[in-house]
Amino acid sequence: MTPLADVGRLAGSYDLVVVGAGPAGLAAAAAGAESGLATLLVDENATPGGQIWRAVTTTPMKRRETLGEDFWKGADHVARFDRSNAAYAPRCTVWSLAADARDDGLIEIGLSMGGKARMIAARQTILATGAQERPFPIPGWTLPGVMTAGAAQIALKTSGAVPDGRVVVAGCGPLLYLLANQLAAAGANIVAVLDTTAPGALRSALPEFGDFLRSPYLAKGLRLVAQARRKLRFVSRVTALAATGESRLEGVRFARGGGVDERIACDALLLHQGVIPSINLSNAAGCAHEFDETQHCWRPRLDDWFCASMAGIAVAGDGAGIGGAESAALRGEIAALGVAARLGRLDAGARDARAAPLRAELARCLRGRRFLDLLYRPAPQFLAPPDDATIVCRCEEVTAGQVRDAARRLGVTGPNQMKAFLRCGMGPCQGRLCGPTVAELIAETRDMSLAEVGAYRLRPPVKPITLGELAALPQTEAAIRAVVR
Amino acid sequence: MFRLTPEGAARPPLAFTFDGRAMTGRAGDTIAAALLANGVAACRTTPVSDAPRAPYCLMGACFDCLVVVDGVGNRQGCLTPLEDGMRIESQRGRRAVAELAS
Repeated sequence: MTPLADVGRLAGSYDLVVVGAGPAGLAAAAAGAESGLATLLVDENATPGGQIWRAVTTTPMKRRETLGEDFWKGADHVARFDRSNAAYAPRCTVWSLAADARDDGLIEIGLSMGGKARMIAARQTILATGAQERPFPIPGWTLPGVMTAGAAQIALKTSGAVPDGRVVVAGCGPLLYLLANQLAAAGANIVAVLDTTAPGALRSALPEFGDFLRSPYLAKGLRLVAQARRKLRFVSRVTALAATGESRLEGVRFARGGGVDERIACDALLLHQGVIPSINLSNAAGCAHEFDETQHCWRPRLDDWFCASMAGIAVAGDGAGIGGAESAALRGEIAALGVAARLGRLDAGARDARAAPLRAELARCLRGRRFLDLLYRPAPQFLAPPDDATIVCRCEEVTAGQVRDAARRLGVTGPNQMKAFLRCGMGPCQGRLCGPTVAELIAETRDMSLAEVGAYRLRPPVKPITLGELAALPQTEAAIRAVVR
Repeated sequence: MFRLTPEGAARPPLAFTFDGRAMTGRAGDTIAAALLANGVAACRTTPVSDAPRAPYCLMGACFDCLVVVDGVGNRQGCLTPLEDGMRIESQRGRRAVAELAS
């Protein structure tokens, strides 16, 4: 692996550019380079690992039991990538990705690194942009002191830091219980775990229980929940939740099963209700997406080799649908075999033969996932906040009431029209934190399905870039002729 | 807001300032992590209502950790590694037109 610290040191074109250095991206880049492709891996962070293996090579939390064995597995994947011939651009942001207007077969990628922008070309790309936590819009969720559970986990992995004072963890899903255990092991004072798992969810998940019984999740999951329940104050069937405080968090107010309000004073509230694919880049590139009813989120529409609807773009890992780290690495590997075949490094027979055991392993990894997806599907009141005063778009401070009003009274039928009326989704996060909620509110108000409502249509740049960086890019003859008279 | 575990505190120190106050981070910190570990409650106020905000997702998605780093605004604190001697300022509300023109 060759690390590149300056955007000027990147080649002008690569056979394969992989975006994101998490499980899928590391596997895809290593496999691509091993098959002889000129491969570049770009990643926003300073060290490889993505979120799940965040700081695996640099974390100060060296006692293996604190972060757990699943975290340390990442070290082998990073080591394999390190041994490969791939180029690696850390702290590098991809802000656009599109078919190259000058060359049909190529993908043009806009990068920014150390305050300098650059356009490079790729014959094939694999987007491994991973997942983000599903928005959890409750009253008071913008107060300092309220964070995602994933954020606390990142602070622990990268800096060995834990939330100070009284900590409440709220929501549902395996990652929530994992984080509660990790933080407790690192010495945080967790005063309560408020579990929002919907009481009816177990019933809808039960038909999938057989698969779950034979899955790798079972033992791991039961251990996590049992550990959290044994050591921590565990409050089940939480049906309402609000963060309280004036200029910063002072406590959490909650109710169980429609009962009376209860309160806990706290200094930190960590929220989590599962993860959803990060589709900003594939969406802005113009790839077709579809709504996954089971996982309750949008994902890119892909073929058997994880190719998206646009030529030259494949999507691997949780960015293509949530499956966890192991499945992400396998999908990255399979996507790279597809690329190698499309670029003539492998014939179809060799490709299929090498992919077959990976696909079998992938099927094993994903067994039981449906049970978890259904069990931990967020309750409706945590997807579309009932309290109209709740902020939905954190950037532009648009409330649930405003979105409902625009949908009802003004007849706004989709998220893109909603942008024009309320500016929701037009702040710096570009809808990452409000998109799903705005769609839920429109669907609820107008009695439509989420698939009908649709999602924000995103456009590059998908990450902020300065005007100076854009202006400093070399211009094509055609672009100059278009404006100079 | 956050405190360092003994393992976290054992990393080499890095000196920086936040709104003129001298603070100490640790090698490997992002700006956002260093601010949280120094007890900074809010790193910015919003352009819409001047409400205080602090880092929320720490993974580059929410943009609530925007700060001014060595004079450059709108930097994502959670994606920017802390460096020795950095001058970090909170990002206050919306920018005035006069400031843009100057």
